[in-house]
Formats: sequence, C-alpha cells, structure tokens
Amino acid sequence: MFDFLIQGFGVALTPLNLGLAFLGALLGTLFGALPGIGPINGIAILMPLAYTLGLPAESALILLAGIYTGSEYGGRMSSILLNVPGDAGAVMTTLDGHPLAKKGLAGPALGLSAVSSFIGATVAIIGLTLFAPLLAIVAVKFGPAEFFALMIFAFASMSAMMGKDPLKTLIGAVLGVLISTVGVDSGTGVLRFTFDMPELYDGIDFVVMIIGLFAVSEILLMLEHAFRHDQDGEMAPIGRVMVKMSEVLYCKWAILRSSVIGFVIGVLPGTGASVASAVAYTTEKRISDHDNSFGTGNMRGLAAPEAANNASAAGSFVPMLTLGIPGSGTTAILLGALMLYNINPGPMMFREQPVVVGGLIASLYIGNVMLLLLNLPLAGVFARVLQVPRWLLVPSVAILAFVGVYQLHSDLMAIYLMLVIGVFGYLLRKFGFSLAPVVLGFVLGGLMEENLRRALSISGGDAGILFQSSLSIGLWIAAALVVLVPMFAGKLKAKFLPAAKAS
Amino acid sequence: MPQNHMSKAKGLQRWLVAAVTGGALLAGAVQAQAKPPECIAPAKPGGGYDLTCRLAANGLQEAKLIDEPMMVSYMPGGIGAVAYNHVTGVRDDDPNLIVAASTGAALNLALGKFGIKHKVDDVRWVGALGVDYGAVVVRKDAPWNNLDELMKALKKDPSSVVIGAGGTVGSQDWMKAALMAKADEVDPRKLRYVSFEGGGEALAALLGEHIQVFTGDLAELKPQLDSGEIRILAALSEERMGGPYADIPTAKEQGYDVEWPIWRGYYMGPDVSDEEYQAWADRLKALSETESFAKLREGRGLFPMAKFGEDFHQYVKDQVADFQQLSKEVGLTQ
Repeated sequence: MFDFLIQGFGVALTPLNLGLAFLGALLGTLFGALPGIGPINGIAILMPLAYTLGLPAESALILLAGIYTGSEYGGRMSSILLNVPGDAGAVMTTLDGHPLAKKGLAGPALGLSAVSSFIGATVAIIGLTLFAPLLAIVAVKFGPAEFFALMIFAFASMSAMMGKDPLKTLIGAVLGVLISTVGVDSGTGVLRFTFDMPELYDGIDFVVMIIGLFAVSEILLMLEHAFRHDQDGEMAPIGRVMVKMSEVLYCKWAILRSSVIGFVIGVLPGTGASVASAVAYTTEKRISDHDNSFGTGNMRGLAAPEAANNASAAGSFVPMLTLGIPGSGTTAILLGALMLYNINPGPMMFREQPVVVGGLIASLYIGNVMLLLLNLPLAGVFARVLQVPRWLLVPSVAILAFVGVYQLHSDLMAIYLMLVIGVFGYLLRKFGFSLAPVVLGFVLGGLMEENLRRALSISGGDAGILFQSSLSIGLWIAAALVVLVPMFAGKLKAKFLPAAKAS
Repeated sequence: MPQNHMSKAKGLQRWLVAAVTGGALLAGAVQAQAKPPECIAPAKPGGGYDLTCRLAANGLQEAKLIDEPMMVSYMPGGIGAVAYNHVTGVRDDDPNLIVAASTGAALNLALGKFGIKHKVDDVRWVGALGVDYGAVVVRKDAPWNNLDELMKALKKDPSSVVIGAGGTVGSQDWMKAALMAKADEVDPRKLRYVSFEGGGEALAALLGEHIQVFTGDLAELKPQLDSGEIRILAALSEERMGGPYADIPTAKEQGYDVEWPIWRGYYMGPDVSDEEYQAWADRLKALSETESFAKLREGRGLFPMAKFGEDFHQYVKDQVADFQQLSKEVGLTQ
C-alpha cells in the first residue's frame, strides 16, 4: 500500500533532488520572510526556471513544494521581528510573536515558532500519507452551506480576541468585511465600489492590504514619533537566542491541537493558511488562555498559528493530489506547473504517476527536517536583525514589499492603493483599533459572503439549506458555544467565587 | 550635550525615514522598457492566462523562434481591462510585447466590461495557439443519460436543476449554460446558476453533490473523465473530438445547436507596425506547425487552432459582434 512512498524516498534521496529540496527550503524561507513576496510569487518566479533547466517533473515539483512549505516557515520572521506579516498565513503570528520580541525574547520566539512549524507540518504530512484518499471524499462534502457555517464559527471564535474593547474589535472586523466587498460581485458580475477604476474590479489584493495596513502604517507611526521627538517603543536588548525545552513542552498541546485544526482546514478546497491560523489562534485562546495574556506575548499564542499555517500548507496537497482540485492559491499554481509537464493531477495520479506523488510526499518529509535544521540555528542570526535601527529596517522592508507588489501588478495603482490603506491603518491604530480583526474580517468576510450566496442560489433562496447537513449543524452549535459558554462561565464564576472565598 | 546630540540624531532620523519611504515610490515609478520579447498575462500568476503566456514562451524557445527567452509578466486587474488599457495607452507600439487573451476577453469586450470606450479594434489580434471546448458535465450517478434527458428536465422546470461553473453571471462559463437554455427556449435568467471561484471549485462542488451540472471545459476534465467519476453529456464543439473524447457526442448531434470554443491567443498594441505584426503572426504560425509544440499543446489540454494575423483579427471581431447579439438574446444587455 505504501509502495509509492518507498519508491518516493528512492526518488527524493537522489543527490539532485536532495539539493533541490534544500534550495527550495532556503529560497522559500527567504520568500516567506520578505513581506510582499509570498509562496505564490516565489513559485511563479521559479516555475519557468525549473522548466528551462529541463528538470524532470518530480524534481521540479520537489523544488516548488520546498518553496511553498519553506515560505510558511519564513513568513513568521517579519511578523515576530517587525510586526509586519511576511505572508497571508502569518497575520496571527504578529499578535504574540511581536510582543515577545519586544520583551527581548525574539530568539526564543523564532526558535519556538520553528519547532511549532515543524510539528504542525509533520502531523499534516503524516495525515496526508495515511488518509489522503479518504479525506478527499470528506472534503468535497464541504459545500457552500458548510463553508458558510465554518465562517460563522470563525467569526464567533473571534469574539475571544475582543479583549479590552469588544466594540472596537467588532467595528474592525466589520470594516474588514466592508473592504472585502470591493470588486466584481462574485455571483452576478455587478461592479461594487469600483468607481470606474478597472484596477479595483478584482477587489483589493491581500498583499496590498497587508503591506498597507501593517508596514505603511508602521512607517507613518515612526514618522510621527520622530517628528515629535518621542521615544519610539524601544526594543529590549536581545537576551538568550535559543528556545528552552520547557517552553516547547509548555506549548505541546497548543501545538498538537493547532496542527490538527490547520491540517483539516488546509484539506478543504478554497481555504488556506490565513483561515487555519486564525481559527487555531482563537481556539487556543479559548482553551488555554487562563490569565488573559494572549496578545501580550504568550508562547502558546505564537505556537498555535505557526503550527496551523504549516499544517494547512501540507493539508492543501490532499485535494490537489487526489482530486486535481487546488486546496489553496499556491497549490493552484503547482497544478499549473504540473500541466507544463503534461501531468494532469487528479484521481488517477496515485496510480499513474507514483514516482511524482511518492517523490513529492517523501520530499515533504525531508524538506521539513531540513527546514527545522535550517531555521533553529538561524533564529539567533535573524534575531540580530533587530539590532538594525527600526527607522532603517522598516522602510527598507517596505521598499522590498513595494517592489514585490509592483513586480506582481506591473501597475502603480497597487502602490497608491497600498499607501491609502496605510493611512487608513495609521488612523485605526491612532484610535486604538487592533489590525488583526480588520484583516480577518477582510479574509473571512469575502469567503462568507460568496458561500452564503452560493448556498442560497443552490436552494433557490431557501435559508433552510444552511442547517441541512450534520456538518453544518455541528459548526453552528460550536459557534454558539464559543460565544455563549464564556459569557455564562463568567457570570457563574462571579456568582460562586466570592461565596467560595467568603466561606 | 547629550540632549543636543540626541535631537540631532532624531533630526537625521526623521529625514531618513522620509527619504527611504520616498525612495520606494521612485523605485515603483521606474518602468523598465524591456528589450527581450515579453508576454503579459492579464491576471495573477497561475491562472489560465499565465499558462497561455507560458505556452508561447516555452514553445517559442524550444522551437528556437526567438533569440532571447520570453519574459512573462503579470498585470492583474479588471478581468483583463488593466492590461488592455496599458497596451492601448502606454505601450501601444511595443513590437516585443504580446498579451494573452481568450474567448473570455472577447466576451468582456462585447459586454463593455473593458470600459465603453474600448473596442475590439483598439488592439491588433495576432494569433491563437489552441482551443478548448465547453462541456456539459454530470456525476457518474446522475439521473440523465444524455443531453436530451437533461434538457427535458430543464424545460419542465428550469429551477429543478442546479447548474454551477467557475464564473459569474455574464461570464463565459455562464454563457455556456445560458446558450444551452436558449437552445431549448428556456429563459436563461430562470436557471438556478451558482458561480464558483474557478473551475476547480465548481468541479469539487459537483463531486460533493452540491450542484448537479457543471458547464466546464472539455480537456481540463480529462483526469476525472479517466477515473470514471464524471460523465460528459455533450461537447460544445463543431464536431466530435478525437482520442479520449471520441465517445462524447456534440450538443449539435443531439439536436441542440450550441458551440462554445474557448481559444487561447494573443494581441499586440494598436500602433505596432505592419511588418512587426506580421513577423509575430508568422512566428506563431511557424510554432504551431512544429512537432514539439504539438506535444506542449496537448499537455496543456488544447486542441489545434490555426488562425493568425489578419485572419485571426477578423475572427475575434466577428466573435465580439456575435457575442453582442447573443448577450441581447440571453437578456444580459439591452
């Protein structure tokens, strides 16, 4: 049954493929670390190169898959060090990763996130090896109604993030949803909020949104501080650089839970690392944030999204390899890459192309080990980046991001849009809004609307379809529970705890 | 004085922040005029237009019809309108630039989605390298054995069948369904149509029993066809295709006169000289006749199509006129 895997390790362990897996891991880490260049651009840049070099299909796929998984590792770096997410899956990583860096724990934070990424990816690759065909059948059962319920659950989980100012979290999320409505309406093709600018027809690009909201607003804040001669939120000196075993053990359940969440969400077609890390983070906050320290530099709050985004990357290979349907934007490009080699991924691929499939899965195992070995020692090196003054570091990173975005759009409009969003993000921050709910609203809102409308077109307008399958009913109940339980738990505590103290 | 020193450093710092940020704008404003041949994919990386560009780039290079490797760049936005603007306005005479296009672009032009001022004649259509055809797809356990049974069910109650595809109402994916309905005198607006983000998601919805009919493209369904999970009730081609598709009847032979070719081709700027335009048309024609390209095209899931130069330009012009007529008939425009 696992012949393909044994055969695959034979393929992946040849010197050429080992070298390519390493190259992919290294480049992927770099692409992920640079905001504005994510796995999608990385693969798009290297795909023609792999083809021109005349690499065989399995070697090309090993290189490109290495870039994909590597960038999920790399994305965390600028999240932790600069509070600017390196790619879509690393937005939640900023929430606890950057506060840790501010406390002088950048090294351990990078180390811990590397370990979490490794475990997340390992769990998911094992899941991919054992259950791929089975999971594929379940994944397609997830229809528009179920996706809508999943998004409701994700929004409900966000109430965990509300913290000090629930109203501002809510407003932030709604602003994100509003921004997601810009562009051609996915159902009817009607233009919404595009002001006759064709550049807005496709909606606002995720990268443009992230770089504007996080990086540009950060620069504006720094400018303000500089002109007012304030002390900018200074960084604590860099302490130790290695993560301690006890810290990893402290997070072990958070990592394992999030790995499973990430893998399952990765397997679903149409959702990727951003949704996976958001659900993992908010779930973990519900379960293990006893002292309300998530968001202030809790190790578990860092480990959860990092385990989840790597797990979802590996999970998204399941529908691609078994059904020929991409599980994420990046696997959509990998599918395209395979087509250049006259390989059409699909239900027959395990049987017809065992060398390619086995080689790919084996290389995921090998690449993952390489990434851990690469990233653990690098944690100390990258932590030193913080010694570069921020007034130099953040604008430099922003320039790289600008160039990356321009390369992808060949159009200045994207840059201008990024600046406008930057001003918007700056104002939000000045008024004490957190940016993560805005981004989540943006990502989840679009998916939620599309799937609601699809579900209603299927049923001909009957909302009953949203509660028809046991999958969606389960999600609705879970959504209700995550909102209601803490509310009542709080009341019960208030009622009984003073009594307990008095007695 | 440390105080003074501090403020000087801050003063320097504020200008550095401003300078570095300003530099970013300059970096963006520098527009490189590329010398090597270039193909613009008017979309994000990885989609159909990307592959259309790569088909030309890889093919031309393998056949040694270009001296330098062709660069593929991306210009997403406005379902292709941003690139159309760019080529009609900015790089209108660049002899080294081709832009990927398809039936979808012709439909958008016909519907005025590229802006009312943009017409099909605003660019020079230089050639197509391949074509796919629409297909009416159902699950293997679907209750309909042929197109006629499905159409009878639709005629009886248009809302009893859930149809899905990878584009919005008014997209070329929707047009396939609308034209089928029209051929049977069913009002296309009465169809229960669900739009997905790309054919892959629509296919997943078909396999997951969320929709019953998927109007997709023939060749891209080969893997699922091989595994027997789907059945193709009709190919929307002029005549039956060969090879693995030989058993699939056309809609026409089942009594419904609907054809939907999805060509993959290229256009150039309006002010490219006749010589340069002809040179590209000849180059693409030469490419389409090589053996290595035939393999590449087949791998990409495309059937041969041989229309180049003025011939192709006229073809696209006629098609846009047809689409304008059709869109009136199916109730998209007045």
